[in-house]
Amino acid sequence: MGSTVEQQVIQPYKYGWTTDVESDSVPAGLNEAVICLISAKKGEPDWLLEWRLKAYRNWLKMREPKWANVQYDPVDYQAIRYYSAPKASPSLESLDQVDPKVLETFAKLGIPLEEQKRLTGVAVDAVFDSVSVATTFKETLAKHGVIFLPFSEAVREHPDLVRQYVGSVVPATDNFFAALNSAVFTDGSFVYVPKGVRCPMELSTYFRINAAQTGQFERTLIIAEEGAYVSYLEGCSAPRRDENQLHAAVVELVALDNAEIKYSTVQNWYPGDEEGRGGIYNFVTKRGDCRGKNAKISWTQVETGSAITWKYPSCLLSGENSIGEFYSVAVTNNRQQADTGTKMIHIGRNTRSTIVSKGISAGKSQNTYRGQVKIMKGAAGARNFSQCDSMLIGDKCGAHTFPYIDVRNSSAIMEHEATTSKIGEDQIFYCQQRGISAEDAVSMIVNGFCKEVFRELPMEFAVEAQNLLGISLEGSVG
Amino acid sequence: MLEIENLHAGIDGNEILKGIDLTVNAGEVHAIMGPNGSGKSTLAQVLAGHPAYEVGQGRVAFEGEDLLDLEPEQRSCAGIFMAFQYPVEIHGVTNAYFLRAALNARRRCLGLDELDPVDFMDVLEQKIRAIGWDDSLMNRAVNQGFSGGEKKRNEILQMAVLEPKLAVLDETDSGLDIDALKTVAEAVNKLRRPDNATIVVTHYQRLLNFIVPDHVHVLVKGRIVKSGGKELALELESLGYDWVKGPVPIA
Repeated sequence: MGSTVEQQVIQPYKYGWTTDVESDSVPAGLNEAVICLISAKKGEPDWLLEWRLKAYRNWLKMREPKWANVQYDPVDYQAIRYYSAPKASPSLESLDQVDPKVLETFAKLGIPLEEQKRLTGVAVDAVFDSVSVATTFKETLAKHGVIFLPFSEAVREHPDLVRQYVGSVVPATDNFFAALNSAVFTDGSFVYVPKGVRCPMELSTYFRINAAQTGQFERTLIIAEEGAYVSYLEGCSAPRRDENQLHAAVVELVALDNAEIKYSTVQNWYPGDEEGRGGIYNFVTKRGDCRGKNAKISWTQVETGSAITWKYPSCLLSGENSIGEFYSVAVTNNRQQADTGTKMIHIGRNTRSTIVSKGISAGKSQNTYRGQVKIMKGAAGARNFSQCDSMLIGDKCGAHTFPYIDVRNSSAIMEHEATTSKIGEDQIFYCQQRGISAEDAVSMIVNGFCKEVFRELPMEFAVEAQNLLGISLEGSVG
Repeated sequence: MLEIENLHAGIDGNEILKGIDLTVNAGEVHAIMGPNGSGKSTLAQVLAGHPAYEVGQGRVAFEGEDLLDLEPEQRSCAGIFMAFQYPVEIHGVTNAYFLRAALNARRRCLGLDELDPVDFMDVLEQKIRAIGWDDSLMNRAVNQGFSGGEKKRNEILQMAVLEPKLAVLDETDSGLDIDALKTVAEAVNKLRRPDNATIVVTHYQRLLNFIVPDHVHVLVKGRIVKSGGKELALELESLGYDWVKGPVPIA
């Protein structure tokens, strides 16, 4: 590719500002006392503190995984602050008690929390550093029996439900980052949709990291009872800082008989600057369990931010005829590194899974798809279709695909397709000749490439995702 | 409309055009003919501003403005259109979407409001009807899986929608059977107006049976060696390019 596509003029990250807010935080460092302090701040029952401590003791014996295709300086876990919350908002009965600066922050991010300005048809849980600051439409949802609460509140109000399901999909000792999260998790969302209920609106959580030297360790748990349906979306952003910040989340989904959960992510953590300074380490464990027959779990992710991404939203297809889907767009620019994909574990009979992954690399970034499809002995009639497409912009970036396929039942049908393409100067010139600027041409070509994934996103967010993609790639062509 | 003076241009350090002079006025159709490798397509690409080509010397004025200083999209905006010899595929983007983006870019240049998808479909239908075609290509991805003929038709369709002042048709006849050739040529003829001009780049005379040129220029080794009326094309057809290439050096 010639010089026009090479030139790098970096567009500043749009969400890189900070909010000056007085916060209540614990000193940096991790030990049992810090965990007890977090648990006490949240007024947790003893069983949960015990669960945390057990996870922590296990974590101490675990090693950070090194198999991913990413390189970064070692994380100093003692230099991180594990809890930070804006002051004076312990109870959230009314928005009046929330620091106006925090409300402003969300308004500026396009997430108005005030009653009269709320996004119609979308209930929002807003998480600022380690705490949830507001959850909208709680009452409306309650009328349908849908519980949508910050995790900490759910622990207080529905301890039995939380206790029954937490750690049941991602055990506290599942992996290094999941164990760390289990020990120190602070907030996140809890969703429970009762039997036969179709959740009347989109649920969404917006995560904002604000404080410096602070990690965000949220935990989300979604349970869809028999025949229930819910669509959930998460978004996130963080200020521009020179040091790296850690985000290690755990998401667990449980779908019982005939239930469906649609989980969408628009990830836009600060990606670091053009030299690779700063940015979020996004080390996340997301897993859904199709526990019941005919259950369906669908992951859709648009990953544009973070310096390092280590993330594999997965499905355990335990129930007969259950369905797992993974639709992903991962964009890396500058020095970003992403190692992302999925695991589809077929356990029950006639289980089906679909994987559509679109990786786009620009600048000097590295973009890896890593996916595992495992068909267990009992999964007679299981089917998988995987499609992994990579697109390169420029000639200093990399795209990698690591599919792992493990079939133990001979009646299974597997299909895997993979392509790699390069945005050519000729494609851009063709658009330019028709009056379309190079930037718009790249955005159009990339959006076309990602179309199969975008159409899985809820309407309101599909447009946002397309714009985001344009912004992330701005400056990738001259 | 277009004045080319002593244009030298090439690619990867090899000079291909070695001093082209050409004037095209509104209302005219010019044919550029020549053997393979003579620089016909290079001329088309240089006019459209392909970044891989370097201009060594000379000037090109389009409606009095220096064309060579403009980015490709600015040239498009000024009213230059090129029908590509090898139209590019864009996966996942429908022809309708692409064409609307292009038309809106064109309308911005002309100081007109952009069209929303609904109004665009109306305009599109009109334009398609004007050249006697249907909209069967519109909902398919840009050139993806198109046959050779469909790709060329799609180029002319874009030309019909964008209404350029100067259209450069780069080997539009290559890969077309006689029926497709006629269809494409008829559409081009319907788009002819006193205020626009067309440059037809071709290797063969047969396209010129359908798109009748006012002027024919023969390009050999980067220079226009002969210019004339439409009869020049017929002479070339019967005598071959050796006729204009001049004496062949004896080995």
